[in-house]
Amino acid sequence: MLLTPEDVGRIAHLARLKLDEPQQAAMLQQLNGFFSIVEQMRAVDTRGIEPLYTPLSAVQAVELRLREDTVSETVDRERNQRSAPAVYEGLFLVPKVIE
Amino acid sequence: MSGSFIGVAQAARLLEQRQASSVELTAEFVRRAQANTKLGAFLHLDADLALSHAQAADSRRSAAGTGPGPSLLGVPIAHKDIFVTEDAPTTAGSKMLQGYRSPFDATVVARLKSAGAVSLGKLNCDEFAMGSANENSAYFPAHNPWDVSRVPGGSSGGSAVAVAAGLVSGCTGTDTGGSIRQPASFTGITGIKPTYGVCSRYGMIAFASSLDQAGPMARSAEDCALMLSAMAGFDERDSTSAQRPAVDYHAQMLALREGATAAQPLRGLRVGLPREFFPAALAADVNRAVHSALAELERLGAALVEVSLPRTELSIPVYYIIAPAEASSNLSRFDGVKFGHRAKQYGDLLDMYKKARAEGFGAEVQRRIMIGAYVLSHGYYDAYYLQAQKLRRMIADDFQQCFSRCDVIAGPVAPTVAWCLDQGSEDPVQAYLADIFTLPASLAGLPGMSVPAGFGEGGMPVGLQLIGNYFAEGTLLHTAHALQQATDFHAQTPESLQ
Repeated sequence: MLLTPEDVGRIAHLARLKLDEPQQAAMLQQLNGFFSIVEQMRAVDTRGIEPLYTPLSAVQAVELRLREDTVSETVDRERNQRSAPAVYEGLFLVPKVIE
Repeated sequence: MSGSFIGVAQAARLLEQRQASSVELTAEFVRRAQANTKLGAFLHLDADLALSHAQAADSRRSAAGTGPGPSLLGVPIAHKDIFVTEDAPTTAGSKMLQGYRSPFDATVVARLKSAGAVSLGKLNCDEFAMGSANENSAYFPAHNPWDVSRVPGGSSGGSAVAVAAGLVSGCTGTDTGGSIRQPASFTGITGIKPTYGVCSRYGMIAFASSLDQAGPMARSAEDCALMLSAMAGFDERDSTSAQRPAVDYHAQMLALREGATAAQPLRGLRVGLPREFFPAALAADVNRAVHSALAELERLGAALVEVSLPRTELSIPVYYIIAPAEASSNLSRFDGVKFGHRAKQYGDLLDMYKKARAEGFGAEVQRRIMIGAYVLSHGYYDAYYLQAQKLRRMIADDFQQCFSRCDVIAGPVAPTVAWCLDQGSEDPVQAYLADIFTLPASLAGLPGMSVPAGFGEGGMPVGLQLIGNYFAEGTLLHTAHALQQATDFHAQTPESLQ
């Protein structure tokens, strides 16, 4: 199975990446090279096998923990926003979304 | 102070016996780090901060001393730049996070800090830990101290260089598919990736959450045991942290095996050799070094048994589906809003996202995001992602079959010694294939270690990989320690840096 240029355009949009024409062409070639090594995996019969989403569940029951509903963190807005590209009076700035 | 290449255990002893102060040790390491900037180990070195922490460690020692056993108080270390730090910038080796300042410390960083270890700064790595040569760092490559024309491996390349060149006593690394073990092997140092869940992932910038695991990289198994004891342990801030009591890995490393003798400390230990780890394509020099280390284990009392991991080759596609899938999800947080790069000019919100990510991420990161987005997209999920997770279960089961016949598994870490810079980047898929021996343990979540086993072509180091069953870090460290008591490969240092 080979990916098409349209596939690459669609995935780039899903991945929120702006790729120009030459980048898309290079990406197409690399992805097709990659998927050639994946084919052997698809041929294996895995009927009846449970997926292993998280490794420790191979040996022990893994359950999501709940913590006490208590205040454990304090918010330091200035500190949290010191690496933001654009802030104004404590707000994160983005282009206008709602007309 | 004469002699550099002071490991963690040695530094701890010097400090304990008052033969050196932390300020003296730290100043010496800083001097070496500053004299060797061409190796590209550090992305951020803060001499003043390190010396002030060293001063504080010295005061703490004279005021209160330390508890029983070796202490990390005052030992100079550094962190892979994938751990967020309050008092130093964090970049993950990416332009995306240039200038980023975390409001908090990663748990591993905080624990080492509270144990009194002194951090010199942040170490180079492949961008978002994606790579196996440190050539995907957005800043500069790192160079192998044994031959500066060669790569140090990756993604924890800067960490490996820092230890191998004697710029720190030990350091932190992370391993998703081999990123502690392979650079340790390439640079002749010792590194351990613990069982998944042993070290907290809180504050470790996420690449593939079901695989990422932190671990120490240092000169010896003893160094690693001391660091791991401080780094490991349950953390309620990591939902996948293993809920287990605290472990003294140093004590486990020293504990005598039943039936052990002075000459045969490994008596009764069954070492499994998966035949798939010794294929015809394995480089002859690597094969030779690994076999001589195995012969040493036999002399120390271990018994070698043949085992099989039939899906070793399949680990490559399985890993390179699962890891990019998780990466594409994790890296979606980089949108140029709350932190990270934002393009100078953009139109609407969507355009802002797309430009920020295209400019901020390097080529390999973009490739993996694309693979991940594709295999998770509608209509392909079952064929790729789900199939890979089922195969992952089969790979984990294969290991349990092996562990019914042996206590540890041994083999090479990588098929070759370190290659030359600019040699591997033509075809990204070729680089993926070289991860074959480290990926299986990563997928299963098992602990794995690289132990110096000798030298191959061009005098380059070769690592022996040891893989243990879940939470059997103590067995790995004990085995590696026994080997290091009988050999001196781990004590060798590059001639040009002595």
